Amino acid sequence: MNEKLFKYKLYVKNNNDVSFTPETLAKIQTIISHYPDGQHKSALIPILHIAQEELGGSLNVDIMDYVAGLLNITPIEVYEVATFYSQFYIDPVGKYVIEVCQTGPCAICGGEDIMNYLEEKLKIKVGETTGDKLFSLKAVECLGACGSAPVMQVNTEFHEFLDMQKIDEIIAKLRNESELTKPEELTWKERLS
Amino acid sequence: MERKIILENIEIDGIRLLEVYRENGGYKSIEKALKTMTPDEVVAEVKTSGLRGRGGAGFPTGMKWSFIDKKSGNPRYLVCNADESEPGTFKDRYLLEHIPHRLIEGMICSAYALGANKAYIYVRGEFKSIIGILNEALKECYKAGLLGKNILGSGYDLDLHVHTGAGAYICGEETALLESLEGKRGNPRLKPPFPAIKGLYGCPTVVNNVETLANIGWIVNNSGEEYAKIGIGRSTGTKLISACGNINNPGVYEIELGLPVEEFIYSDKYCGGVKGGKELKAVIPGGSSVPILPKNLILNTLAGEKRLMSYESLSEGGFITGSMLGSGGFIVYDEDACIVRNTYNFSRFYHHESCGQCSPCREGTSWLESVLHRIENGQGKMKDIDLLVSIASKIEGNTICPLGDAAAWPVAAAVRHFRSEFEFHVLHPEIVKNVKHGSLEKYLEIPVLTAE
Repeated sequence: MNEKLFKYKLYVKNNNDVSFTPETLAKIQTIISHYPDGQHKSALIPILHIAQEELGGSLNVDIMDYVAGLLNITPIEVYEVATFYSQFYIDPVGKYVIEVCQTGPCAICGGEDIMNYLEEKLKIKVGETTGDKLFSLKAVECLGACGSAPVMQVNTEFHEFLDMQKIDEIIAKLRNESELTKPEELTWKERLS
Repeated sequence: MERKIILENIEIDGIRLLEVYRENGGYKSIEKALKTMTPDEVVAEVKTSGLRGRGGAGFPTGMKWSFIDKKSGNPRYLVCNADESEPGTFKDRYLLEHIPHRLIEGMICSAYALGANKAYIYVRGEFKSIIGILNEALKECYKAGLLGKNILGSGYDLDLHVHTGAGAYICGEETALLESLEGKRGNPRLKPPFPAIKGLYGCPTVVNNVETLANIGWIVNNSGEEYAKIGIGRSTGTKLISACGNINNPGVYEIELGLPVEEFIYSDKYCGGVKGGKELKAVIPGGSSVPILPKNLILNTLAGEKRLMSYESLSEGGFITGSMLGSGGFIVYDEDACIVRNTYNFSRFYHHESCGQCSPCREGTSWLESVLHRIENGQGKMKDIDLLVSIASKIEGNTICPLGDAAAWPVAAAVRHFRSEFEFHVLHPEIVKNVKHGSLEKYLEIPVLTAE
């Protein structure tokens, strides 16, 4: 099968072992218990958030098949959801995913300049990842913070009222923080239950 | 007069916490509703209040509730739509971040009125911090006996949980939201059957916006009749308006419906005028989906009356000279804003967010985007402008959900009110290729086109 034919490399299974920790599995059971009996599929999106965060920042076939097994649903049901929602990444991403809002209200307050500046600063184009696998740059649509435009989010932490100086500070901070093992923020697991 | 219903007490330190919220009169409505009123009485109060859905469509909430199927015997669900993703709208985020208990209080009353024992708050995935805040608030409520079995000894049970999306604008449409809540792609469903008959898991369901539900506690406490006295005509109550764009004070404001638009834009209490002392050019009054209006039409109706912030006044004149209150996402453009670029931007947004289910929307949004891209980049032809109008008219009304309409309306309105700007783009490709922002006429030595 020719890999290049597929936009998402959905059909490439590496047969890597993936599994959640027992602690995560317990959390997942709590999340499933939020839904009526027999409706455990509802927990799919929250679990994919946790999977993406705990298992390397993006999803791949191995992870999605594993989640399908957990919820006792067919793999295709996971693939179709993972490819529909823009917060799930099928291709590998850097440690910090920078998503810059490009929609109207941000654009008229300088969102496009912010994007150009980030491209220049990180020396990558939109959609690419830096060589050291630290930053991925993405253009996204409205983040719902138009009153504090321009806005971007770094791994779902919002940064508002951006200007060039602020970006310099954020990037510098992230470069330093990347030496730490875990950023000081709540994980999906902690927030979801 | 300033009226605060939803944002009452928001300035108090720690109002996010249950203890502080209760000290300031919070959760009184629960006692009143659960112990002294029947569910039908609560529904009747909401009907009397004239409260209308705050998510955009403005459908009367009491009426929506009365459609719920009580005969089938299936469990009923209440779902709160916190998938706020309309460009220009950020009112729910503000409310949830600062005073989450206002929503939970309203949801308990509403779920009781509907006879639902399970309720969900569907929050968009980008609001990760809000999800944390809501879950903390829910935990406090469970601990205090406000949620769970036998709430406050009334014999009524309610389980309330937070569910998260993952970045899809379409999930703000109620049936797409239900699909997403069931763990599927957010493809809207055909209506009928409406969610009130067949909603979540095929059971009767009511989906309401955050702001709508946040009003219910006040209505139970003070009666629907009192609520109906606030506002103007059939636009009762207050509305959260999220103001953004080229203004001095962007932010979320609670206004009594009926406030003149001019006062809202220029008063220091609200937007504080256009940034940098520039001239007002245009306003989108209700989120990116509603038609844009030029200065003369947003301040006054065609008949010369003052335009008010209300459902009726903003839609005065239909889509020819009016717009909609929508979700209250108030986007202001100054004289330097480029309407073509802005319209292209929104078309790109709708193309990106179209779920792809209906051909007119899937193909049409893509056409709108590429034609606008062509015009914006100096490769447009005169006939492209009419092509835009034609595409828009063929999307509108021909799709399962209103995303198609939402994509078509802004384009049609931009061409209707700012046709000269589109023509300028076609006539002066060398200017528009090099200049991305602002009014382009100033780059001309001799003005070719007269202002409208």
